Amino acid sequence: MDGYRIVRDRSLAEKIREYWIEAPMVAKKHRAGQFVIIRLHEHGERIPFTVVQTEAEKGLIRLISQSVGKTTEEFTDYHTGDSILDVVGPLGLATHMENWGELVVVAGGVGAAPLLPIVKSAKGSGNQVHAIIGARSKNLMILEDEFREVCDEVRVCTDDGSHGSKGLVTDVLRSWAAEGKKFAFGITAGPVIMMKATAEAMRDLSIPGLASLNPIMVDGTGMCGACRVTVHGKTRFACVEGPEFDALGVDFHELILRNRAYRKQEMEALDHYHSEGCRLLKAAQELAHV
Amino acid sequence: MSEQKRNLKLHPPRVPMPEVAPEERIKGFMEVPLGYTEEQARLEAERCLDCKNPKCVAGCPVNIDIPKFLKEIREGRYEDAARTLRETNSLPAICGRVCPQEEQCEARCIEGIKHDPVAVGNLERWVADWEREHGAIPLPEIPEPTGYKVAIVGSGPAGLTVAGDLAKLGHDVTVFEALHRPAGVLAYGIPEFRLPRMIVNSEIDYITRLGVKFVFNVVVGVTVTLDELFAEGYHTIFIGTGAGLPKMMNVPGENCVGVFSANEFLTRVNLLGASKFPEYDTPILDSRHTVVVGGGNTAMDAARIAKRLNGQKVSLVYRRSIDELPARKEEVHHAQAEGIEFNLLCNPTEVLGDENHIITGIRCVRMALGEPDDSGRRRPEPIPGSEFVLDCDAVVVAIGNSPNPILTKATPDLEVTKWGTLKIDADTGATSKSGVYAGGDIVSGAATVILAMGAGRTAAAAMHRYMMGLPRPLRQMAS
Repeated sequence: MDGYRIVRDRSLAEKIREYWIEAPMVAKKHRAGQFVIIRLHEHGERIPFTVVQTEAEKGLIRLISQSVGKTTEEFTDYHTGDSILDVVGPLGLATHMENWGELVVVAGGVGAAPLLPIVKSAKGSGNQVHAIIGARSKNLMILEDEFREVCDEVRVCTDDGSHGSKGLVTDVLRSWAAEGKKFAFGITAGPVIMMKATAEAMRDLSIPGLASLNPIMVDGTGMCGACRVTVHGKTRFACVEGPEFDALGVDFHELILRNRAYRKQEMEALDHYHSEGCRLLKAAQELAHV
Repeated sequence: MSEQKRNLKLHPPRVPMPEVAPEERIKGFMEVPLGYTEEQARLEAERCLDCKNPKCVAGCPVNIDIPKFLKEIREGRYEDAARTLRETNSLPAICGRVCPQEEQCEARCIEGIKHDPVAVGNLERWVADWEREHGAIPLPEIPEPTGYKVAIVGSGPAGLTVAGDLAKLGHDVTVFEALHRPAGVLAYGIPEFRLPRMIVNSEIDYITRLGVKFVFNVVVGVTVTLDELFAEGYHTIFIGTGAGLPKMMNVPGENCVGVFSANEFLTRVNLLGASKFPEYDTPILDSRHTVVVGGGNTAMDAARIAKRLNGQKVSLVYRRSIDELPARKEEVHHAQAEGIEFNLLCNPTEVLGDENHIITGIRCVRMALGEPDDSGRRRPEPIPGSEFVLDCDAVVVAIGNSPNPILTKATPDLEVTKWGTLKIDADTGATSKSGVYAGGDIVSGAATVILAMGAGRTAAAAMHRYMMGLPRPLRQMAS
């Protein structure tokens, strides 16, 4: 097996890229909310990515990766025609979908990626879909046009005011509700700290809903429990029982701290990768001079 | 008879297995037992009484003809000995290393009644290693393709056994594996110092040369269902998905950073190379004192791995006494020799963490053994007021595994027990779903490599009979 070929790739924003990858078995089975685990190469780690979109007839899946650590940084060096060694899935449960009526999705940064298939599915189930997309600044915002194509209304915000309103997604959610909008259900995805704030706003506004969690995973099939999260006081495995859980029951504080477990090693891996890259570059330059 | 002159009345002691010294071996992941020399193997094989009514064969879950292969060693016919092993065992180099022989063949050895039993396991290992070191392992004669297609779910010991057995009978066998590498628990679970990767790779290579195909990254039940496999033309399916759902302690603080299931700890190191971080991308926490909870082989493996990561202090916590430790004696001795501290008769009650939810210690309570429980072992009961804290920065929970429910949940017509194991017919391995067989930990709950292989052999024989009773595949009739 030669791995899974990248057939298209492009930059979506600063340090955020999308990849269309040949993975026919996953493409055929995937439903909104599910993810894959990939491994770039023989020395690679296993990391999860939400499947953002599929083209089942062509056997393609679409992944979006933000460069935050060694593996995601290395992923940015993979381009059309390259192959990644392993792709397994679709993992996790599909989003429980029903016609809630007025649905709001709240996306922070790259959290827009897992929410895109969900809004499409929700629209198909007859919901009125409202989206709030937030990012630190304009050059980090992704998928806005695609949300606008599907959703009944999209509101955007940035921390620095460079695009949309200035402020946080929770400010938008609260002001939207203050206008008299009654949301029957909410789904949020993004950085854990942002989901925590969103869940608090949802509680204040009496909006029930889900958070799509992003804990550390290893096998992704329920075997290791690295992805343990506490929901309503009970330990759950996000890979097989999630990744979505009742937003009002998730212990986000614990998740933030658990996601930091390997911060030291992540820095070390990134340093090692860069110094290794420098060494190779230097060697190549020396060869070129000969 | 060439053996008439053997004097069997001397009863020489068992030839001990040479080992790497503890202070040397904890510096890396090299294999601990070094294996017999040819001379040692011949000497040990001489101890076999060649009983008229050998009990050892029945003690082996795959019924290896033990007296025969021992005689072949004595006579220097090593190729024949290897062939004898492979007649009933597709993975002899693995079984020679990880089987609990002391409870199986060696427990029934007649010589062992009054003296040391013959070291059948050490000799099995020696023959399999001799075979591998003397060129490619010869393939048996494989009959014409039958045209029947077999799908195997899971590439652990049970699946590999079924794959090997059915490929040898001319069937077209494909193994589906959820992980990115074959061999299941042999790859992610058992560490290199007990089972070198090269040995596993060599056995997989042999099975591949028998014609078996492997497909990785397929979670059957999710990526593809059993019914879809039948629709794709598979005639029969074997389920060997193992026991891959870790049991946790369910005590407060268990989700602190630094608490691992044994599966996670072992997978990071054995499957993903975390001991070679940052050459490999998967990290493991850099701990100073790891506490392993449990007393089985997995607990010993985890403790010994932790020791090798950086020479740190490693302690074991087990709720019963040393006599009830479920691990093999050999593994307990290895762990003790490597400086693992045993805290027996105590049980964790709480994991302690700091304000950042990072583990700082584990609170335990001392236990006393009361009346025997259902397992026949004396039930451990907490001694009130005996709590104490072990300061530590990592805990590995190795208290067992349940069957992974992914496939059974996706396949409602597979009958399961209340423990989530598959219901099968004991004589054939047949499940409640027509054409689907199962064996190994998914049926028995967490057990041993060799029991999984034994179950695989039973199922393979039944699957062969089942297929031969089906209409001949069209492709075969045309050719």
